[in-house]
Amino acid sequence: MRNRIQESQQQKSVRDLKIGESGEIASLNDPEMALKLLEMGCIPGTPVKLSSKAPFGDPVTIIVNDYTLSLRLDEAETILLK
Amino acid sequence: MAVTIEAEAPEAKKASVHHPVARIALIGNPNSGKTSLFNQLTGLNQKVGNFPGVTVDKKTGLSQLTPQLKAQIIDLPGSYSLYPKSLDERVIIDLLYDPASKHSPDLVIVTADASNLKRNLLLFTQLADLRIPAVLALNMMDVAETEGVKIDIEVLQRELGVPVIPMNARKGVGIAALKIVMSQQLAPTNTPFFDVPADLKPLVAQIRERFSLRNDYLALHYAHQYKNLRFLSEQDKAWIAQLLEAAEFKSNTAQANETVARYVRINEILLDAVRVNKAKEEEKFSNKLDQILTHRVFGYLIFLGLLFLVFQAVFAWASYPMDLIDEGIAALNGLIQENFSGPLINLLTEGVIAGLGGVLIFIPQIAILFAFIAILEETGYMARVTFMMDKIMRKFGLNGKSVVPLISGVACAVPAVMSARTIENWKDRMITIFVTPLMSCSARIPVYTVLIALVVPEVYYFGFLNLQGIVLMGLYLLGFVSAIFSALLLKVVLKARERSYFIMEFPVYRMPRWKNVGLTIFEKSRTFVLEAGKIIVAVSIILWVLASYGPGDSFERAEERAVAEAEVKGFNEMQTDNLISAYQLESSYAGKFGQAIEPAISPLGYDWKIGIALLTSFAAREVFVGTISTIYSIGEEENVSTIKDKLMSEKDADGNPFFTPARAFSLLIFYAFAMQCISTLAIVRRETKSWTWPLAQLVYMTGLAYVSAFAVFQLMS
Repeated sequence: MRNRIQESQQQKSVRDLKIGESGEIASLNDPEMALKLLEMGCIPGTPVKLSSKAPFGDPVTIIVNDYTLSLRLDEAETILLK
Repeated sequence: MAVTIEAEAPEAKKASVHHPVARIALIGNPNSGKTSLFNQLTGLNQKVGNFPGVTVDKKTGLSQLTPQLKAQIIDLPGSYSLYPKSLDERVIIDLLYDPASKHSPDLVIVTADASNLKRNLLLFTQLADLRIPAVLALNMMDVAETEGVKIDIEVLQRELGVPVIPMNARKGVGIAALKIVMSQQLAPTNTPFFDVPADLKPLVAQIRERFSLRNDYLALHYAHQYKNLRFLSEQDKAWIAQLLEAAEFKSNTAQANETVARYVRINEILLDAVRVNKAKEEEKFSNKLDQILTHRVFGYLIFLGLLFLVFQAVFAWASYPMDLIDEGIAALNGLIQENFSGPLINLLTEGVIAGLGGVLIFIPQIAILFAFIAILEETGYMARVTFMMDKIMRKFGLNGKSVVPLISGVACAVPAVMSARTIENWKDRMITIFVTPLMSCSARIPVYTVLIALVVPEVYYFGFLNLQGIVLMGLYLLGFVSAIFSALLLKVVLKARERSYFIMEFPVYRMPRWKNVGLTIFEKSRTFVLEAGKIIVAVSIILWVLASYGPGDSFERAEERAVAEAEVKGFNEMQTDNLISAYQLESSYAGKFGQAIEPAISPLGYDWKIGIALLTSFAAREVFVGTISTIYSIGEEENVSTIKDKLMSEKDADGNPFFTPARAFSLLIFYAFAMQCISTLAIVRRETKSWTWPLAQLVYMTGLAYVSAFAVFQLMS
């Protein structure tokens, strides 16, 4: 399961979450971005919740491991959910 | 507190090298209270330098650990791991991995946010595996407690194999215990947190042998990061590259696997050492506040309101101390000139002291601006501004983090350019630095004020909208718009060197630490005085010489001419003196320069007199007003209405008023765009480590100014 590169386009990502909605991280589909996200605690299997969106819908904030991260939509897109 | 952690003998050797003063490095995640701890340990005993080759502040300071023992503390940039993602973070690996480094530390203190231990321990376990003696400073224990996080220090200490000091650096709790531990001769932990995978072992062994490294994990880091290790020779790098290729080493995959494996291990440790009893909904205070502060309407309104308050403070409140400084300098000069005379005294008063005054006068604005910025950053609000502005700024090739430099640019480009350091991405940072000087800085205000008063009538619309005020605001807007569009231009021209990230921790709101705010104000003001100040003073002196001396006996002849003319016109003593100064400036080297460039600037509507002012403006733009006063023989009195009357009565060759709206607006536009600040050029050179950027700025901005002023003059006249 570690850092598996997923090709599927249909799989739900953090981008598709609504504010307040949660999911569980399945994998990270961008190897380079994954390194940064992993360091910040976005490990597969961790629950993630979309906390808020900036006024124009981008960037967004997510809650992982009880702390808040901000990231852009195209970064959120690389976090695939179960 | 007895700390007896044994290490294997051969490996302990390297770690316990004795220096006359122990060297201790502070390292930790951003927002883990590292700066507070550094300030607590060193107080005002801090020095800010640069790491070689990069523009990262190197903060070092001395700390008295025990009455007999001092230690040199070095504050490393905040980082989430030992795999650096930004230039700033690379400093860390340079420092830790270079066996020959002067700074290689005897001990590292890892600061960790106790309320968020899991992520904070990642960096710790990497350092531990490098077998560097370490202490874990468990910071923000108070926050952890209120959030219901209970940490068993004994268990954690046993699991990690290093001393763990619970503390609250903001309040100074735990500092004494930390100092005691720091004063002891510590050995690295014996506990491994990550084993180099079997398939990488042969590769790692070869690297370890070639560079005689102290452990496998360090050798693994050589494999991952050899390209960024500045102390490796090209030959060594080529050797590693070849080795990696042969072994089909995949750096990204290996790193990702390592990080996941470390988190698995950390989770095991925390299972024993940490218990969480969360009062779930209680700590959502930050989130509630965010619903208002990052609201699509109120969020921007509040930000605009804050900006207004900041500008109000920078321009209105700062004027009182600025007037005091101005009067103080004038009084000092008057006092000296009354009691002494001679060319050296003139150099001292009109060159050195006037130049110093030109530096000191900006300190109140800079101090007030950075007080606000520091408070906004400390409270966590700035992260929200970055968050709200990112999408808009990105369209123009900037980044949410460009907001702080652009706002600071309204006071002074020098500290503004320096504050662009927080932008990790190279391209975003270069664009921000490039366009920041286009923001209308406070040195332009005196120029704007005089010229606007000259050609814009004082008309009120609807009883309160002052036309002059609207024009002034328009010039600020022009600065901002030109900055934004220049950024857009650069976005297309420049190639990106790395991907732009925005993944960052969103800090919770908290009260500012006033000590940190104070230190920021002190540091920014000091940097301004030292960096910009020395150049402004030096250029002031050079320009004073150019304006006070002329070739041959031209000065005597200028005086004779002025005296003769004054007699004909029946001038009093003061008017005669003013006329002499004007004629002498005309025949000085500066005057010659003005006459020499007249053909180049006459299409913009300027004559040689304005040419002199353009030259002297290079020390600082506001010198324009003083030069204009002298050249039009207005005398010492730099009163706007006096200058205005005098300039209005200035006639051109045909006897019409010289300062037509076309000329004045051409000048306004020129001053809005032109790069006339040597201090800014010097700071850009320092920040970008190359002459390319400041030269490009000089050519681009001055070219833009020339073309725009030309267009304005030709269209209006």
